[in-house]
Amino acid sequence: MTKAVVNVFLKEGVLDPQGKAAHHALDSLGFDGVADVRIGKQIIIKLDTDDKAAAEAEVKEMCETLLANTVIEDYTIEIN
Amino acid sequence: MKVAVLRFPGTNCEFDTQYAFEKLGHITELVWHENETLPVDIDLVVVPGGFSYGDYLRSGSIARFSPVMKAVITYANNGGKVLGICNGFQILTEAGLLPGALKRNNDLHFISKHQNLCVINNDNAFLNKCKKGEVLNIPIAHADGNYYIDNEGFKKLEENAQILLRYSDENGEPVVVNGSVTSIAGVSNEAKNVFGLMPHPERALEALLGSEDGIRMLKGFEA
Repeated sequence: MTKAVVNVFLKEGVLDPQGKAAHHALDSLGFDGVADVRIGKQIIIKLDTDDKAAAEAEVKEMCETLLANTVIEDYTIEIN
Repeated sequence: MKVAVLRFPGTNCEFDTQYAFEKLGHITELVWHENETLPVDIDLVVVPGGFSYGDYLRSGSIARFSPVMKAVITYANNGGKVLGICNGFQILTEAGLLPGALKRNNDLHFISKHQNLCVINNDNAFLNKCKKGEVLNIPIAHADGNYYIDNEGFKKLEENAQILLRYSDENGEPVVVNGSVTSIAGVSNEAKNVFGLMPHPERALEALLGSEDGIRMLKGFEA
């Protein structure tokens, strides 16, 4: 069993409205010094294989096909 | 004219869309998402509004892989006309049939109201019954209508007259509604046979209900 953790975030330079709203909220709660807030999503995938390289290649394809919209989003893959 | 209206789990504008085209004297046929083919002899495919697959993951991202969408992509690539309204627009961008992407509205609100739109380009199979610079009053109802495209993509849209509509005031001046790049409300593909817009022309058919400007838009496909 291999576990893949995928993080999907809006690209740098693409305005993240949710991150911006949370940033404003933190400011108004008195948390000074917050430079930036980005909100994304985490997708955890368990794969039957023990071949970590194969798992990573397959998860990359999943990201490119479905899990991220690469027009506006970047993703990272962590294989455990 | 014969119009195929797609239906996914979560679609909710399919009957309004049928009503609109039937009111204009056309034949419509609902097509379930599991169908692998489209009806024969159709003149237009409409991907209507709603919340296909609950908007899970991203609006339109799951619907885009349904069996019927494979048929729609083939149909579009062969020059067939396709119109995506609201969630339909999101599905068509996810499918790569239209450029750009639709993000969460800047203020994070679901916006539901009548909105003025300025016609930017009418030299196409959709808006040919509208005048360039004309202001149309059409309802909008969306949470993910914030159109994004990178600078290079935007230049192409402008050069090729692919920007169809912008959110505007009553004089046609652009206004910020949801954060869309240059207030874009609708675009076409490069070949100008695939069209997408966030506003709902099928909800603007009766002056009594606020506007009949949607008629002129949908009638464009008759030409």
